[in-house]
Amino acid sequence: MTDTTSLFPKYAKSRPVITRHPSVLIFIACLALFTLGVTILSEGFGIGVISTSFVKTLGKTLCLCLVALAMDLVWGYCGILSLGHMAFFGIGGYAIGMWLMYARTEIIVVQSLAAAPLPPTPQEISDGIATQIFGVVGASEFPPIWALAHSLPLQLAAVVVVPGLLALIFGWLAFRSRVTGVYLSILTQAMTLALSLYLFQNDSGLRGNNGLSGLQNLPGLDAVPQSVVSIWFLWASALALGLGYLLCAWVVSGKFGSVIRAIRDDEARVRFLGYSVEAYKLTVFTLTAVIAAVAGALYYPQAGIINPAEIAPIASIYLAVWVAIGGRGRLYGAVIGAAFVSLVSTWFTGGQAPDVNLGFYTISWVDWWTVLLGLSFVAVTLFAPKGIGGLMDLVPAGTPDRHGAALGPDDSALREKEADK
Amino acid sequence: MRHFLILIWMVALSFSALTVPAMAQNMDAPIQQLMQTHGDALAKASRKTIQPAIDALTASGLPAAQNVMERWQAKEVWRHKDTGAFVIAEEIDRDTIRIFDPSDRSEIGEAEDKAYKQLKPNSGVRGMIAAALVKFQLTDADARVRVTALDAISRDPEASHLPALRDVIATESDPDIATRMTRLERLLTIQFGADDAERIAAIAHFEGDLGVDARAALNPLVTTRVQAAQERPDTPDVLGPITPGSDALSRMDAYALLVAENLAPPLIPPGEVRAALIRNIDGDTVAGVQVATLSTDAARNSAFATLVEQGLAEPAATVQEIDTALDAFQFFEVYIGAPPTVARAAHDVLRGIEASVALNQTADLALDAVSLASIYFLAAIGLAITFGVMGVINMAHGEFIMMGAYTGYVVQLFVPDHTLSILLAIPLAFMVTFAAGVAMERLVIRWLYHRPLETLLATFGVSIALQQLAKNIFGTQARPLTAPGWLDGSMVINDIVSISYIRIAIFILALVFLALFLIVMNRTRLGLEVRAVTQNPRMAASMGINPDRINMLTFGFGSGIAGIAGVAIGLYAKVTSEMGADYIVQSFMTVVVGGVGNIWGTLLGATLVGTMQKGIEWLNPSNTLAAQTYMILFIILFIQFRPRGIIALKGRAAEA
Amino acid sequence: MKKSLLGTTAAVVLGTALPALACDAPIKIGVLHSLSGTMAISETTLKDTMEMLVEQQNAAGGVLGCDLEAVVVDPASDWPLFAEKARELLTVHEVDVIFGNWTSVSRKSVLPVIEELNGLLFYPVQYEGEESSKNVFYTGAAPNQQAIPATDYFLEELEVEKFALLGTDYVYPRTTNNILEAYLQDKGIPADDIFVNYTPFGHSDWSKIVADVVALGADGKKVGVISTINGDANVGFYKELAAAGISADDIPVVAFSVGEEELAGLDTSNLVGHLAAWNYFQSAESDANDAWVEAWKARMGEERVTNDPMEAHYIGFNMWVNAATAAGTTDVDAVRTAMYGQEFPNLTGGTAVMLPNHHLAKPVLIGEIQEDGQFDIISQTAEVPGDAWTDFLPESAVLVSDWKELGCGMYNTETSSCVQIKSNY
Repeated sequence: MTDTTSLFPKYAKSRPVITRHPSVLIFIACLALFTLGVTILSEGFGIGVISTSFVKTLGKTLCLCLVALAMDLVWGYCGILSLGHMAFFGIGGYAIGMWLMYARTEIIVVQSLAAAPLPPTPQEISDGIATQIFGVVGASEFPPIWALAHSLPLQLAAVVVVPGLLALIFGWLAFRSRVTGVYLSILTQAMTLALSLYLFQNDSGLRGNNGLSGLQNLPGLDAVPQSVVSIWFLWASALALGLGYLLCAWVVSGKFGSVIRAIRDDEARVRFLGYSVEAYKLTVFTLTAVIAAVAGALYYPQAGIINPAEIAPIASIYLAVWVAIGGRGRLYGAVIGAAFVSLVSTWFTGGQAPDVNLGFYTISWVDWWTVLLGLSFVAVTLFAPKGIGGLMDLVPAGTPDRHGAALGPDDSALREKEADK
Repeated sequence: MRHFLILIWMVALSFSALTVPAMAQNMDAPIQQLMQTHGDALAKASRKTIQPAIDALTASGLPAAQNVMERWQAKEVWRHKDTGAFVIAEEIDRDTIRIFDPSDRSEIGEAEDKAYKQLKPNSGVRGMIAAALVKFQLTDADARVRVTALDAISRDPEASHLPALRDVIATESDPDIATRMTRLERLLTIQFGADDAERIAAIAHFEGDLGVDARAALNPLVTTRVQAAQERPDTPDVLGPITPGSDALSRMDAYALLVAENLAPPLIPPGEVRAALIRNIDGDTVAGVQVATLSTDAARNSAFATLVEQGLAEPAATVQEIDTALDAFQFFEVYIGAPPTVARAAHDVLRGIEASVALNQTADLALDAVSLASIYFLAAIGLAITFGVMGVINMAHGEFIMMGAYTGYVVQLFVPDHTLSILLAIPLAFMVTFAAGVAMERLVIRWLYHRPLETLLATFGVSIALQQLAKNIFGTQARPLTAPGWLDGSMVINDIVSISYIRIAIFILALVFLALFLIVMNRTRLGLEVRAVTQNPRMAASMGINPDRINMLTFGFGSGIAGIAGVAIGLYAKVTSEMGADYIVQSFMTVVVGGVGNIWGTLLGATLVGTMQKGIEWLNPSNTLAAQTYMILFIILFIQFRPRGIIALKGRAAEA
Repeated sequence: MKKSLLGTTAAVVLGTALPALACDAPIKIGVLHSLSGTMAISETTLKDTMEMLVEQQNAAGGVLGCDLEAVVVDPASDWPLFAEKARELLTVHEVDVIFGNWTSVSRKSVLPVIEELNGLLFYPVQYEGEESSKNVFYTGAAPNQQAIPATDYFLEELEVEKFALLGTDYVYPRTTNNILEAYLQDKGIPADDIFVNYTPFGHSDWSKIVADVVALGADGKKVGVISTINGDANVGFYKELAAAGISADDIPVVAFSVGEEELAGLDTSNLVGHLAAWNYFQSAESDANDAWVEAWKARMGEERVTNDPMEAHYIGFNMWVNAATAAGTTDVDAVRTAMYGQEFPNLTGGTAVMLPNHHLAKPVLIGEIQEDGQFDIISQTAEVPGDAWTDFLPESAVLVSDWKELGCGMYNTETSSCVQIKSNY
């Protein structure tokens, strides 16, 4: 697995992934255009048509698109319906949140201790920070889990390493025991449930139900208005999404991509062909966990608060639903699904959608939107398994290049495979 | 003077007679006067101040006293806001009361409740009234009143209760009450007995007794206090030595004990170094050191040492000094709750009791575990059919449970009789969820039999739609689903082991479902066809079975059982739109841990999960959340090592 | 209606400076309560309360000659969404004041946004204290207005010697129980006689915990339960309590999160005598309360009940109206200055006063549960001033909040310095 290039077919070496898949280029261009547009219309850098809160919503949506991309890779391409990827997303958020809280509080504490008659000792500073951070949850000491919180590089490393390790261990255990299909789904769901229950406890050392808050205030940058910070994060999120898309497109386009799609379509056959199925699955599982964590690390500073409810099993199911609605097995499908559902959700629950008066009953969308959403999952699953992305198939293509275009599943393979189950 | 005041009241009364026509209250009655003497105490009764008033009423010997105290206890005594006259009153409606004279219980008439203030003794005061009433009530002809008196004694025992109780035991006719009286007499003797011999005899009576009241009477007797002395005295009240640094007494506590008794110099309080330094700041130096450099503990300690040398601060006790002090003294416990012989007798009896208490606590925990397991089993059994037998992932299973519970609630709206309503609710809940299950199978699931992962998503969509629908219809508040009266309360085996009837009912229901499942699957045509369709649909179809119909019925059956489970769960917990979500993950895990496709596996899975959870709760009683976390972690690990569950199907069935 | 001296002066000064306020648009009031998700159960009621208050005020002529308009958004019990919606209310809808939030975590989520944009939030729910924000008025009870008096009642009136502190595992019970543990130990209750247990939200399996509580009585001391159990979990807890036959005379339970609304989901016949401590009960006897209950029932239906956070909004809203009238503007800073010392009759018969630490002085009521799901008020104290920083924890005993004189919410009296101007979140 270390030498990935050797997995690529011979002709791939001469042609980079972008030229083989023009859709990647189109996507990147759209993303850049979108980011530029939002920047120009924003309050921070432009003419102020888009409010800061909406910029934040858009920035968060980009992060959700990134995690949906990861979900698509692991589910749409590799056939592992993980109902636990939001756990990795959350861990990423927690990891960066710890540094944000620590550093911001440190500045406040050092300032306030400067007024004391004696210069503070390191211990006093640390105690002061602990009281500030944990005072609200009735504790005043740093739990060991915060040992690295003072250092940005170490916490940034934790964003990648902690979820990566967790995914590696969990995946190794699960794939080794050949837990597959719905069993694996339930197991991943149990994992995220266990994690969220653990974090809900005060004793977890991460402030229990309160979680980490005030994350939108960057330490030392109090003077920078949120309208500017929000644009910075929008850029960072867009960059991450762009890079993530490239990475995923590269992963799925070569031989490696062919193997994982083969695993999705018939795991046993791939195993008999001599491939180490477990190693492939583990690689994809861990890689996507890391991508999800990076998305989380960008998402929560924009959301401002992270708490264990974010990791609840339902969040991961929603993630699967976004991908399903967008169209799994094609990368742009995942992005479209995440963006579409989360933005439409915001619109309906925000009270902007007009109520429908039927004369005898008024449909208030705040109440009925969730019902509609639920039924639309059913409808999509039943009638449009390819999701919104499936609409792209209606666009007439120049030459039917099945190998190149097939970032999506072969139409029949999936059904056949699941029919065997 | 008092008569003058009464005159004023009378005048005031004649004015208020405008609103209260028949106000012929006897203000001179002795009971009224007695109440007026303690008027303020009665009106604002606090446990701290009310005792004299109660004593006066009890000791007055007035025939009306008992009635007044009983009415006062029942919050039926009111006081006129202007005149201060006490009356006994019944509420007729929100604004009017019917008032009676406390002295002779004669009706005075109706009045607006605005003119009067209700006396509301809090439960502490009510307890004191009850204790005072005991002497009237013990001899009451009504057995219920005598029981009330015994309740009062057991809650607030007083020394005076002991002779009163002894007087009536012999004449008590009701055998149950007599038994209770004897027990109370023994308990009171332990506490208030005249001499040690009598108390020891009473203590011996409770050998092996599991009652909380017995332990409550015995435990205060064996209270000890830690003391220190150079030589451990050899008096009977002294217990064995304690070493400082052991679990019973930490070294710091031991030293604090010495300090408290002026046997050792006090330790300097934490923060003293800093405080001493701040006290001695001179310009920007302290003890000759620049203040700005004191940003480490080492620098501060050395500056502090300088201060000590200069005599500006008290030196801190060193570790050696503490050690020497602790070595110089012996620590031991002393009985302070009772004379040593009584305490030792109580100690011996308690030791015997504690062993069986531990045993019974284990039994109680086991009962809890069985009960929890039966709840999990009940929640999961429907899933064992739809998921276990048919292989359909139904994420809306929890919502079927919820639908069942709401059906129960709706039935109770129309049928107020709780027994009848539950009897109606069970079949109705089955029908409603059966219909919902069949509809879902026809509309959604049958198109997805070959795509299990997509079933998961589609049924999840149904789940959130149903949840929101329930919210839209029933609102977000929890709705009451009340068990019939005969399910109230608990089956009490002893004071430690007990289980509520509702849990027993759930347990029985779970057993009934297990039997039902086994009979349907193994003894009926339907069960045969279900098994045939599950194992090989094409073959089954060619034998003349209609797989579509069978799938529909099986799914409906599983959903219907979930509905009944919903009624049961709603009875013991809550009915909200989100109740289903609480059970869905647990239910799936129960089925998966047990082994898919086998009802005995589900049973074992539920037992394992329930027992595990209670076991972890027992290990860590202050944090129930931790128990759930560790239980799920355990399940994850368990599945890693037994991916097909406890009872793994072998051979062809496993491939189905 | 009494006005503070300061308020009157401000009104006079501003009144002369701005003779007539032209009203070209209604004054917008933000309502930030969850209408969906887990907290909707409690918060929807408050949204309705706010709509009713706004309607009543408009019928009475509005504020400063303008009509009020309630802008309702739904943060859906999703804590990050609270921050997003608060920003939306302040920047897109440009509301002048926000009434909202229930859980502490949602408040902590909103705080940075409110402080950054200098908004004004009225928070109506009893909470754990240990916080003071320049931009928030806390109209619910601080621990010393609910937990401490209730504990005193246990100690003095019921002579409870052994305490079981049962709570849901989140910040309010954690902090409250910490404060109570310290308080009880101050009062001479040994640490061994305090049993603490935390359960998850929505917990339903209470048999073992109830058995543990009963077992506490084995050493002959009177046991009392202080419950900070939140929301739905109470249903199962009280059902188990009733099933175990625990009478309020044997083991009294006092709850801080159980009000009329929560009891509506329960059959209370077996719970008669158990207690709750609040600053308001529907059964309070006063003319203002009668009118309030009647208006609520007329609007929402006969079976609906009123509760403590509703009264908090009632007081908070009316104080805001008076402060805005006194200040002659709805500008946040002016209104905040005019708020200090505002007095308004509360529904239990006394007068609520807004203190410089942004808390109210309110009476503490203790009620016994009755068969009809209402509370019988058996104890009512004089007005207790709310304390942002508890005196019973060493870290916060040295802190005071005074936004009027000191201009600081977290002022260390030991070092005489302001720890921070923004609140801790």
